[in-house]
Amino acid sequence: MSQVLHTPPPTTKTGPAATPAESPAQLAARYGLSVSGARPTLREYVRRLWARRHFITAFATAKLTAQYSQAKLGQVWQIVNPLLNAAVYYLIFGVLMGTKHGVPDYVPFLVTGVFVWTFTQSSIMAGTRAISGSLGLVRALHFPRASLPLSYCLQQLQQLLFSMAALVVILLAFGVPVAASWLLILPALTLQFMFNAGVAMVMARVGAKTPDIAQLMPFVLRTWMYASGVMFSMDKILADRDLPQFAHVLLEYNPAVLYIDLMRFALIDSFEAHQLPPHVWAAALGWALLAGIGGFIYFWKAEETYGRG
Amino acid sequence: MADTITGPHSRATDTTATERVPTVVVDGVDIVYRVNGTGAGRGSATAALNRILRRKKTEKAAGVRKVHAVRNVSFTAYRGEAIGLIGTNGSGKSTLLKAVAGLLPVENGRIYTDGQPSLLGVNAALMNDLTGERNVHLGGLAMGMSREQVRERYQEIVDFSGINEKGDFITLPMRTYSSGMAARLRFSIAAAKDHDVLLIDEALATGDASFRKRSEARIRELRKNAGTVFLVSHNNKSIRDTCDRVLWLERGELRMDGATEDVLKEYEKFTGGKK
Repeated sequence: MSQVLHTPPPTTKTGPAATPAESPAQLAARYGLSVSGARPTLREYVRRLWARRHFITAFATAKLTAQYSQAKLGQVWQIVNPLLNAAVYYLIFGVLMGTKHGVPDYVPFLVTGVFVWTFTQSSIMAGTRAISGSLGLVRALHFPRASLPLSYCLQQLQQLLFSMAALVVILLAFGVPVAASWLLILPALTLQFMFNAGVAMVMARVGAKTPDIAQLMPFVLRTWMYASGVMFSMDKILADRDLPQFAHVLLEYNPAVLYIDLMRFALIDSFEAHQLPPHVWAAALGWALLAGIGGFIYFWKAEETYGRG
Repeated sequence: MADTITGPHSRATDTTATERVPTVVVDGVDIVYRVNGTGAGRGSATAALNRILRRKKTEKAAGVRKVHAVRNVSFTAYRGEAIGLIGTNGSGKSTLLKAVAGLLPVENGRIYTDGQPSLLGVNAALMNDLTGERNVHLGGLAMGMSREQVRERYQEIVDFSGINEKGDFITLPMRTYSSGMAARLRFSIAAAKDHDVLLIDEALATGDASFRKRSEARIRELRKNAGTVFLVSHNNKSIRDTCDRVLWLERGELRMDGATEDVLKEYEKFTGGKK
């Protein structure tokens, strides 16, 4: 700018001025004005979040629909995508590497693992970018920011439901009978969703402060995936290793393993209860509550800082 | 929301006011942007490493540059006022507006507001791949309207935007709209909600002449319902038409605060009277 300003004229007091002898803060207090951009209490925050529930669901559905709207096959990709994903894993782990030895119903076993894992993986990945990737939205409108990671997780849940439809077809095609235990899908998915949403909110706060973390997450997640028995039976791996006790427990109670195995137990009749670690439901609930509540509070603590900088 | 306040609407902004209720109090506000990676090397790998290694050092050495966008601005806005914000490009008008909306932190000072001021604009919430119809719903929900409110207002929004004047365009994806049509729809969605304190950032500059007239009328209507309206614009005519008080910002400082005509006269002198 080449235009040099000379000393500004004395601020004209022609405009409406506050009654003298009263500071702006006192004036604000007298009329009950509140400080702009302050963080609400946790209780108030939950209330506002609840008031935005329709926005959260509408945003998730919109994102999901927009995803394939330019493709010729359109929403068919919702089902084809996870199927192709499962096919690739089957080719590599089932056919080329022969991991399937000793695992009955390997294809249902693998596909269930891949779908359930993908749900957690993409929820966390989307959570990491939830704030840093939606800065335009955050800087333009007022809403509880937790709506964003929640909405992204909900989108992944909807995606998973499409995958589950494909999964049912695969299960039936491979001769897995329909059983009452399929109803266990509901509690298992609810707990997993809570866990995912919690971790996603933690990652959303971290990713908002340090966007670089999004570059790192794929590696962390891939390591986690291989430690979670998505393509092979953790049971078998753990059985013939001489691992220290804590590592054994750590691998066994890895939340991803719990949620994957619960889903396998619910769906596949040859996957039996003794393959689950003891107190599996309690552990799954514990992880869900720890991540869900802890993640929510952790996210809320930085509410007023999102979208700034 | 906080539209329960039914105080006397002091329509007049000057002498006749019995008791003027403040809606926005800005008290000595400074706003500073921090931009990463502007030091030597501009975001090169070595500069980034430098930044990490020397974290404890001063921000300048770490390649973080501070941009002082708003300096020590104070003013009080009252219920029923329409306030124009003017100034040359980069003088901090939009920044100040965002801070009043509570979307940007202040470095020093405080901003007190009555209820939640809202920035008029839903652009960021809309998705180009969705139909106009779904975007109306999404945008309405994003602004905090309930599903019922959106449904009630839906026809009104579509009619106001005039999208359907040339055929059934509302059921087409927004990416197929011309930029003017998209802008009209965005404004129509944003203007569908009544606000306590409404902040408008150059929203009037969109659309053709007939739409502009309609949107100006809508702004006046919003102003009647809203407590206070802030309008950022480079169009002195629309400021004259809608505002009765003007704040002039230059280089982040409040240069003048007064009645529209007085300030605009000075401002036009300053900018060479081109507008």
